[in-house]
Amino acid sequence: MSGIDAGTPRRIGAVVLRHWYLIASSWPRFVDLCYWPIVQMILWGFIQTFLMRQSSFFAQAGGILLGAVMLWDVLFRGQIGLAIAFFEEVYSRNLGHLFATPLRMGEYIAALMLVSLARTAIGLFPATLLAIWFFGFSLYSLGIVLIAFFVSLIVFGWSIGLFVAGLVLRYGLGAESFAWAFIFALAPLCGVYYPTAILPSWVQALSAILPAPYIFNGMRAVLIDHVVRVDYLLTAAGLNVVWLAAGVAGFLIFHAQARERGMLLQLGE
Amino acid sequence: MDAILKTDVSAASRVRAATPAIAVEGLVKRYGQVRAIDGITFNVARGSFTALLGGNGAGKTTTIAILLGLVRPTAGRVEILGQDFARHAKTLLARMNFQSPYADLPRRLTVRQNLTVYARLYGVANPKIQIASLARELDLDALLDRPLGELSAGQRTRAGLAKAFINRPELVLLDEPTASLDPDTADWVRGFLARYAREAGATFFIASHNMLEVERLCDSVLMMKGGLIVDSGAPKELIAKYGRTTLEDVFLDVARHGALSESAP
Repeated sequence: MSGIDAGTPRRIGAVVLRHWYLIASSWPRFVDLCYWPIVQMILWGFIQTFLMRQSSFFAQAGGILLGAVMLWDVLFRGQIGLAIAFFEEVYSRNLGHLFATPLRMGEYIAALMLVSLARTAIGLFPATLLAIWFFGFSLYSLGIVLIAFFVSLIVFGWSIGLFVAGLVLRYGLGAESFAWAFIFALAPLCGVYYPTAILPSWVQALSAILPAPYIFNGMRAVLIDHVVRVDYLLTAAGLNVVWLAAGVAGFLIFHAQARERGMLLQLGE
Repeated sequence: MDAILKTDVSAASRVRAATPAIAVEGLVKRYGQVRAIDGITFNVARGSFTALLGGNGAGKTTTIAILLGLVRPTAGRVEILGQDFARHAKTLLARMNFQSPYADLPRRLTVRQNLTVYARLYGVANPKIQIASLARELDLDALLDRPLGELSAGQRTRAGLAKAFINRPELVLLDEPTASLDPDTADWVRGFLARYAREAGATFFIASHNMLEVERLCDSVLMMKGGLIVDSGAPKELIAKYGRTTLEDVFLDVARHGALSESAP
């Protein structure tokens, strides 16, 4: 992964532009980005409304389920957005062209992250607005700490997305289903809808090495106790550094193996 | 001072002209136990058209993929435009380009969008002007705003060629450049390649099964078989050496009976 030069922003922009062309040229793709976050939000919004009528805990802590589902979507969309941006190149058999340009691996990874960020923002923003209208819950009421939650979750999503993209580089499109399997396998450990303290102790040990549980526990601390847990944010940030480094390393190692095995010209549908 | 400077510049350009566009030494590529390329050494002169000929599985595509940095060689050294490719790959790739039937452009993007993306990736100074110029030269004007997936195979090949020339490359690697083109368009494309080579002084390295094309375009031929270069020379020299009338007959001789150099004591 060689360094940065004057052409770096232009090359990153070129890859982002390629994905923007793809999204902007197809309204079904655009709708698809927004559709599932809205459906999820509506479903959990009604569950929360029902629970608020049944339980004084939920009545007092309005929004924890809606907040959780939308923050989970940041993690999920961040991961899937990066993986799909990469899969698009594999589907279109474009990897050979792309990797035979002056584009550096670091620039390509940065571009994938930006595409994922855009896809996540486009997908989630309408859902957050509709949550205010439908259920009177504003994710933005979390305040400035929402930015830290968002960054932490999307970076964790990128880490997993890069690893999954690397798996596809190395093992072909047969490994594509890991894009969904990985993140959902981690979901029970992330404590999206419940505090991780309720998990069995050995599961808690696994959960403790993931950044996401600190964010979801931190969100509940804000909504229930009105406290910003800086310790949770710092722990999540530290873990994210390790996970992102592992994700980037995994992608680079799998890329090197794919190059060794001559797969960059062969990968495709 | 000026005289010294002029001498230095002309000396530098002489060295540049003397340095091969491609210098490959002892190149080996193994996939497990399979030796796809078995220690080949060759030079491609600057400004030349060189063809890489061989049957399926001879090692042509692997050789081209190594020259593009898409496959890591097991052993050997590659110099491109006078620089070590392993050390200067990204700088060199900005001065090269390629077309291959093994790589497509995104089909949902229009021709113009694809060319814009690649113009930016290659750092083309005036992408709009360059795209307009290539569209004119490759008869793509009417197709520029159509998605690639809606084009015929021949039209897609021309769009792929436009991508291969988007950065005005000094070295062009083409794998079957006129496959899927009708004879008229193929002839016209060959004319385009010859014109570009003349105007830009570019070097072409072409893998092809179209022997007439090779005879018409190429100054030099490398014949591959089983991962080795088994013969080489100018098309006319090879035809004379094998006592044949066409390069296709030479190709068949080498494919079926081996090269003359293989049977030599």
